[in-house]
This record gives sequence, structure tokens and C-alpha cells, in this order.
Amino acid sequence: MEIEAKSHPLDRYLRAERIPHIWCPGCGLGTVLNCFLHALEETNINLKNLAVVSGIGCTGRVAGYINVDSYHTTHGRAIPFATGLKLANPKLKVVVFSGDGDLFAIGGNHFIHAARRNIDMTVICVNNYNYGMTGGQLGPTTPLEARTTTAPYGNIEHPFNLCHVAAASGAVYVARWTSLHVRRLKESMKEALNKKGFSFVEIIAPCPTAFGRRNKEPTGLETLKYYKEHSVIKHGIDPAEADIEMGGDIIVGKFVDIEKPTFDEAVHELIKKARK
Amino acid sequence: MKKQIKFYSGNIAAAEGALVAGCRFFAGYPITPSSEIAEHMALRLPQVGGVFIQMEDELASMAAILGASWGGAKSMTATSGPGFSLMQENIGLGAMTETPCVVINVQRAGPSTGMPTLVGQADIMQARWGSHGDYEIIALSPFSPQECFDLTIKAFNLAEEYRVPVIVLMDESVGHMFEKVVIPPKDKIKIVERKKPTVPPEKYMPYKAEDFVPEMACAGEGYNVHVTGLTHDEKGYPQATDPEVQDRLVRRLCDKIRKNEKKLRDIEEYEMDDAEVAIVSFGISARSSKAAVRLARQRGYKVGLIRLKTIWPFPDEYFEKLADEIKKFVVVEINYGQIKLEVERNVGRDKTFLLPKMGGEIHKPDEIYRKIKEVYNGN
Ligand SMILES: Cc1ncc(C[n+]2csc(CCOP(=O)(O)OP(=O)(O)O)c2C)c(N)n1
Ligand code: SF4
Ligand SMILES: [Mg+2]
Repeated sequence: MEIEAKSHPLDRYLRAERIPHIWCPGCGLGTVLNCFLHALEETNINLKNLAVVSGIGCTGRVAGYINVDSYHTTHGRAIPFATGLKLANPKLKVVVFSGDGDLFAIGGNHFIHAARRNIDMTVICVNNYNYGMTGGQLGPTTPLEARTTTAPYGNIEHPFNLCHVAAASGAVYVARWTSLHVRRLKESMKEALNKKGFSFVEIIAPCPTAFGRRNKEPTGLETLKYYKEHSVIKHGIDPAEADIEMGGDIIVGKFVDIEKPTFDEAVHELIKKARK
Repeated sequence: MKKQIKFYSGNIAAAEGALVAGCRFFAGYPITPSSEIAEHMALRLPQVGGVFIQMEDELASMAAILGASWGGAKSMTATSGPGFSLMQENIGLGAMTETPCVVINVQRAGPSTGMPTLVGQADIMQARWGSHGDYEIIALSPFSPQECFDLTIKAFNLAEEYRVPVIVLMDESVGHMFEKVVIPPKDKIKIVERKKPTVPPEKYMPYKAEDFVPEMACAGEGYNVHVTGLTHDEKGYPQATDPEVQDRLVRRLCDKIRKNEKKLRDIEEYEMDDAEVAIVSFGISARSSKAAVRLARQRGYKVGLIRLKTIWPFPDEYFEKLADEIKKFVVVEINYGQIKLEVERNVGRDKTFLLPKMGGEIHKPDEIYRKIKEVYNGN
């Protein structure tokens, strides 16, 4: 019997020759990428002007699968790389796609300053509560008491609440979803992509291989079940009240959507004046 | 257009050189003794339509100039020792992804915070291999404000031609010294641009090179390029477990510089025609050395100066050849023997002598003269 290979409507967004991807079964990353491609499909961003920048990590591999100009940089430095890219070519729509460790541990300083400057870019952070790529070490978002390879007795560090950090640093758009909320996530991604300024979308996603199996959720499905039972949508609340705790509810929703002049506009305005 | 005559410090001259070369993006973080470069770029870049941004640190500055280069701009940063250390990982990314850009290091005395306001020349080896792995960069060393201007333009041209980070190894003394700088008319200055792809996107192989250096498609040009610091094939795709791909890539990255050493060679020879002893120096140390050679010549010593303007790649072949003609080499540098290692590798240990300074002051011509006498007379 011949099997007819049908093309998928989203094929044009992917580098087909790079598939299969490296991600584990049950990983949340495929779902998040899928939402992102759908978001692209539904916004009318000219793909020629879209650039995706990643740091290093499982999430960082996203840049290698999307069929646009894509840059897989160094651990933690996706945001400053993207800053240079965007400022050199204002026509570009620049999206940073990276992990919680990449963006908030080694790259934390760049995140807060890019948000403070209000650089026109969208940052998508897949928060899987740990360093997936390197085998499940503790990261800046690992909840208290969770077990990781470098917190074998349970985590004793207070985690960052990423949406709170983003809002406090000056982001103009801040939303959080889990990888279960595919439609809402896609809508948020669209809003973030259409937003002028520093927009931030956090996605809580399962990492069964490195995190789940050490924390009583050995499969992605169990983690998704947990999201289903424990996610609470609270649009517009102060993200300071959306901390994440082991065994607690996960507050999701759109927390910030404001207007503020961007660095990009200011710098090009300044150039105009200086040239006169 | 006529030539212009200016009175510039080395730092300002370097910044002006960058603008003439077409630099339209600067990202930096303040550090003595390089800050005037950032300050001048903040003032001047907007006037020519370029973007200046002060980043949160040097890691960010280096990453930003790489990003800007892929955005299509000629880009630069400037720093000194501690900042140069922070830039190393992304200099490696620049070498691996073949990103044209210029890094100015106005050297101060180290290690660590060292002597922030005083001269040093001890980042020579760091400039070559400060990032991990095998790679090659280009490093140039100016010895006057005029050369800060000229060599910064050259640095941009070489960065574009070879698709590599080019390091301008200045030093505090040259950076802060004021002198006459002649700005030639625009049409007399050679400006080089990166090679762009000539084939349509379906046919484009971003890391395939006919002549060591591949053509570069930047963001937004429709080529959907994937750029990664992972070991990658000619298509630009990661092949991080294939030693053959690694071999091909690393060899090419190194050979594009090594095999062009002769083309990149830039040496000023002074009084070398009948010299029996040669001073080898660069940057500010070469100025003291020049004065010392004059002093020695007046007293009948057949001594000359070899001044390195290109430091990396090192002119091995040139020194190998000279080894037969010159009896002794005296390396004058503000470090404890870095260029000396390169010289003795080529001409032999028994022929190589070092006059070092640990930093914080420059050589006096008289000290060098005494060293010449000592070496010349055989002890
Ligand atoms: C400078 C540097 N330090 C350490 C590493 C090793 N490393 C690679 S990925 C990673 C963590 C990634 O975690 P995260 O950003 O959360 O991504 P995930 O894999 O979980 O998606 C680390 C520590 C590196 N590549 N570079
Ligand atoms: S280690 Fe975790 S984050 Fe990485 S691919 Fe596997 S499941 Fe996904
Ligand atoms: Mg992670």
C-alpha cells in the first residue's frame, strides 16, 4: 500500500529537513512551537522580516527549526544579540525564544535591562522549572522543595516569579499560560507579536525527562493533568500575586498590557534630530 | 573633497576612523582608558544615522554588535582588560559564525583590575585565543593617533573581507596621546563591504566558501539563514556529533586567516638595511624603541626596528627568514614576554632577548639603548 505524504499547512514555517526534532516524548516544547506557528499564521507578519533568536538549552533549539532568519547564540545572550539585530534593522520583527535558565539565570541581567529600555521585541520563555538540556539541574524558577539533580534534598532557593520580574522591569505586555492552554497561548502570542515594545509570554511546560520524573510526574500527560486541575485564569491581576509553589495553583492570564515609548522610536527620533 | 587636518587623541581618532569605515552601530560599557571612544560614538553616530547604545555589561555589548552585524550594520565595541575578558565567549561566537565586527581594546595594566588608568600591553595572547577552542582572529596595533584612525578603518575592511572579529589592540598611552591626524579625502579611502550571495535563496549555502570566506546574507534579505555557534555544515545546520564536519569547519576558520598571513602582514621596518640586531616592538613601545634605535645608530650600533602593525596572524615566515640575517632580536613590550614567545619560536631562543615592563609606565629610550648595547656586545 502506498502512503500518501500529505503536506501540513504549517510546513512552510519549518525547516523540514531538520525534522525529527531533538525533543523528548511528552516535552512541552513541541506544543509551544506549534502555538507559535499558528500565531504567525494568524498575524500578518511578513516572514521575510521575522527573525528568531535563541540562547542555549532545549528551548534554545527552537531557532533551528523555524524557517526564517534564526540565530542560535550563546547561553544567556539571546536578548542582547536580538537588541543589536533589531536596532541595526528596524524593519525586523524580532522574537527571542528561550528557556527559564537562559533568560533569567545567566541572562537575567539582559532581560531586566531590555525590559527597562523597552526594546521592541517579543520574548517567549518556556519555563520547565529546570535546566532540561544539561540533565535537570536547579534553575531560577525551580519551586521551593522540588527535587533536581543539584537539589537532591529538595530546593531551598526562592524562585523568581517571571511575570513579576518582567512587569517590574518595565515590560509593556506580560502573560502566562501553560502548554495546555493552546488557544489562549496562541492568542497571547499574537497579541505580543502585534505589540510595540518589550512583550513577554511565559509558558509553564512539562519536562518529564529531567524534571517530572524526579517530582512525581514521570510523564508529560501527568503534568498536563496537573495543569488542568490547578490552573486558575486571573486576567489583569498584579503579577506579584502570581507566585508559583509546588502543589499550589498556577495563576495564568494576561497581567500587563500598557503603552510606553520604545527605545527604538526614541533612538531613531534622536538620529533624525542629530542629522538636521 | 580636500584632506582635513585634525588634532585628535588616539581614542577619538579610532572612533572617527570607525565612522569613516562605515560603522553604524556601537554597543559598549564604560571602562578606562577606552571610555572616550564610547562617548565620542554617542555624540557622532546619530549625526551619520547610526545607533549608539550603552549596554548593561560587556557580555551584552559583544553580543549586541554580533546581532547588529547580522542586521546588516558594520558594528563595533571598545573596552579594556576586564571588559575584554567578559567579551571572550561572544568573540568565539563571532569567530564561529563568521560575523564581521571590530573590537577595540585600549590596553591597561592587568591582571584583574590592575592599574586602570595606566598603560599595559599584556592582552596580546588573550586577543589571540581568549575564547575557547581553535580559531583565528586578526589583531592590529596602532602606535599613533594617525594609525588609530588608519588601522581602525583597516580593521573594518578586514572584518568585512574575512568575516571575522578584528581586534584593534591599542594601549592607554596611544589612546590618550594627542597628535596631528590627517583625514584623507573620502575618495582616497578604501572601504570594503562583505560579499553578498549572488544565488537565489533555494541555492544558497550560507557556510560554503569557494575561497575560505562564504557570502553573507543578513536578516531580512529573504535567505532564511540559520546561524549557530554549534558545529555546523555548509547549510549552517548543527552537526554537533560529526567529527568530519568539525574538521572541515575548524580547518577553514583557521586557514582563512593562517593561509592569508602574507596578505595580512603589516610591518614597518626602520633602519633594518644593514642591521645586525633588531628590536621587535609594537604600539607605544615601538615609539620608545624608534628613539632608542636613533640613539644607538648615532653611536655606531647597527640596529634596526621591526614594528608589528598586524600582530595576529603572527608573521612566522618573515621572522624565520630573518633568523639567518639578524644576529639577535630584542623584544620590547609592556608585558612579561608575550610577543617574545612568538619571536623565539621562529628565530630561536638563543637569539631572542626581552626587555619587558610589567605595566604602568612606558620604556624610556635610554633603557632600550642600554639593552641594545648589552645585547650587541654579547652578554
Ligand atoms: C556559558 C555556559 N554555561 C553553561 C552552559 C551549559 N548549559 C547549556 S543549556 C543550560 C541550561 C538551559 O536551561 P534552560 O534555559 O532552562 O533551557 P531548557 O533546556 O530547560 O529548555 C546550561 C546550563 C552553556 N552552554 N554555556
Ligand atoms: S529534557 Fe525536558 S525540556 Fe529537554 S527535550 Fe526533554 S523533556 Fe523537553
Ligand atoms: Mg528550563
